[in-house]
Formats: sequence, C-alpha cells, structure tokens
Amino acid sequence: MMDSNKLQLTPSQTVGPFFAYSLTAEQYGYNYNSIINGSLINDDTEGEQIYITGNVFDGNGNTIMDAMIELWQADAHGNYITRYPTAHNTFKGFGRLGTGTDAAHRFTFKTIKPGAVNGQSPHINVILFMRGSLHQLYTRIYFSDEINDTDALFNSVDAERRQTLIAQRKEVNGNTEYHFNIYMQGENETVFFHL
Amino acid sequence: MNSNETNYNVQPPHLYPEYKSTIFRSPTKPLMMVKEYLKDLSLPAFGESAIGKFDNDLTKNARKNHDPIGERIKVSGKVMDEYGRPLRNVLVEIWQANAAGRYIHKEEIHDAPLDPNFLGAGRMLTDNEGRYQFFTIKPGAYPWGNHFNAWRPNHIHFSVIGHQFQHRLITQMYFPGDPLFEFDPIFQSVPKHARELLIAKFRMDWTEPEFALAYEFNIVLNGKSKTPFE
Repeated sequence: MMDSNKLQLTPSQTVGPFFAYSLTAEQYGYNYNSIINGSLINDDTEGEQIYITGNVFDGNGNTIMDAMIELWQADAHGNYITRYPTAHNTFKGFGRLGTGTDAAHRFTFKTIKPGAVNGQSPHINVILFMRGSLHQLYTRIYFSDEINDTDALFNSVDAERRQTLIAQRKEVNGNTEYHFNIYMQGENETVFFHL
Repeated sequence: MNSNETNYNVQPPHLYPEYKSTIFRSPTKPLMMVKEYLKDLSLPAFGESAIGKFDNDLTKNARKNHDPIGERIKVSGKVMDEYGRPLRNVLVEIWQANAAGRYIHKEEIHDAPLDPNFLGAGRMLTDNEGRYQFFTIKPGAYPWGNHFNAWRPNHIHFSVIGHQFQHRLITQMYFPGDPLFEFDPIFQSVPKHARELLIAKFRMDWTEPEFALAYEFNIVLNGKSKTPFE
C-alpha cells in the first residue's frame, strides 16, 4: 500500500565522470579546498593506524578509474563521532577518495582500526559511486584478523560470499594495510546492500 | 508491497543497457536487504566553519578578472525526509559544466571553451528550515560518447549528505522543457512517473529582479529523520 503521508523520494542519478573538481578537488589538484579527503584521522588519533587500499573492478576485470568511495566508521572505542570536524576530538571517521589519481587506480585511505560497535565485529561502512552506476551501492569492510562469524549482518550473508566483505591484513614497509578489492561482477562479485 | 518498495520504484535500475557503462558496472546478484542492521546509523554532521564565504556562489568563487560568461541563475530549495520534515545542517555539494557545456575536469575533451572565471563547484549547509541556495551560471548541454550524437540535457549534479546512513544521495537536477530529455538514457533510466522529480521548477516569484532568474529544486531523502533538531 502506498503511504499517502510520504513524499516521493528524489531519484538517484550517476555521479558521472567529472565529479573530482567538486567532491575530491584537493586529491586531484584542483584549486578548491576539500572538506572530506582520504584521511579519516589526524596523527594523534587514538587507535591502531592502518591503511585501507584496493581497486574497483568492472565485469571485464578492468580496474575502474572514475569511481568514488566513501568510508564511514566508528572510533577505536566503537563510537561513531557524528560531529565533523570536531573541536575536541581529532578523529573524523568519514573519508572520500576517487580512483583517478593513482596509476593503478587504487584507493588508499588512512585511518585507524575501528572498535566493535554494540556487539558487532569491527567494520567500516562503504558507499560506492561511479560513472555507469545509477544508484550508490553500499557494502562493508570486515577485517581478516578479527572474529567475524559472531556478527549478525556478516552471518546474514550467504556463506560462500562472505569472503568478499573481508579485507586482508598485510604488513608493507612497516605499515599495516588491509587490502579490499571491490568486484562489480563475476565470480567474486562483492556483496552489496539495499537500504 | 510495502512503502519502502513503493519508494524504491522512483529509483533507476542498476542495469540500464541504454546507458552503456552500466553493463559492466552494475551488480548481477540481488542486493542484500540489511536495513534492520543499518537503520540507526547516522552520518556525520558538518560544521558551518567548513564552508567558505563564496562556496555557494559559483559566479564568484572562481572569479579572477571578470564575471563568468553565461546566464546567471539562482537555484534553491529544501531538503526533507520522506515525511516532509526539513533537514537542517545537510551538506549539499554541486558541480556542473559552464555555459558552453564544458567541464573543467582534466579528462574532459569536448571542444568547447573553458571559462577562466568559472570552476563549476559549490557547496553549502542547509539552514534551520532545510533550505539551500546557490547562485550559478546556467550550464550548457554537452556531447558524450554513449551512442552516436549523444548529448546530455543541461543539468547540475547534486551530492547530499543527510542525517542518517540511508540519507546519502547523488543526483542530477534538470531544467524544465529540455528537448534532450527523450534522447538521454541517464534521465530516461528513472521510471517515467518519477522523472519530473528531477526537473527544477521555474519560479518567477523567486527571481532577483534585474539580476537572475530562479529555479526551485526540492530534495527528499530516503527514510525518516531521527534527529530533525539537535
């Protein structure tokens, strides 16, 4: 039944190929400052400093160079800090990058490992946009060195597809990186969510 | 059919083959329904201090030695939840082509002039009534490679970060009566009954006399706001 008290939502449209000079201007070298960037932290943010890196792949297995990714996560204690930017806390928790400035079309976010929120396993929320996508897609990053099978959302995913939500921990040049590729299609198609 | 599905019917499908880039960039498996796990998740609230003085005036925010070329317009409206409640302190970011139909983006190759006094990017936070207002230049149409002689209707891109996780929206605002609507697969990807929701209304009563014509574009975000007031 149609709920007559509700307004019709504004339909989504693609972000298109030319978002960078507005949404990720500093990253791409445009003369316009960015409120949001690829760092979710400042240097004195409490927690284990990590990098989240990976590619977005299309159905032909090619890397996508005009995607935009947003991450949203809790702090090291598992609290979402919704005031951005905050005066008393250097943690931002929200980040945004395009995939067009790295030669291999990778995104690399700098952040800290989030704490567990309300009994869920530590995770980062992902919002994905790109040319050729008419509506944003949501997914989640879980961590390969955490216990994930007690997490209700994770467990609600078909068992054979759960691995698409797990970022793999690697130590590279003294940094801790979590590798998280997003596959739009194919055998390893990432699990996307509907809200 | 529950109301959520009804609302979802205004949205374009992920795969819309007439828009060719969707073919290899849209998921092939059904999306997982996880609303119950994410319904209480908020998005960040941005502070006024983040916004620059001319960020909502695209006729000034990249001005070097002249006003930008083109028809000056005012674009304003209200951001609401699906019950019509105004959403304050919502980050609205926009970007667009210049009057000649040229984007400043480095990968853009359309043979139309750049305007040295126009960037085409703006942003602001909605006020206590959920309102935003931009001054800008009416964007031109531009050709793209989707199919032979493909042209995009005039449009302004909008990115909106509301209060709740499901309040995230990126869309495009169009202008009334554009003859390119029927030829544009991105516009046509939206179900027919919902396309008018993307078309701004011309508002003679909102014009700035001797200065700028006005368009109204209201934005309704998915779901109820838990926090209309802080």
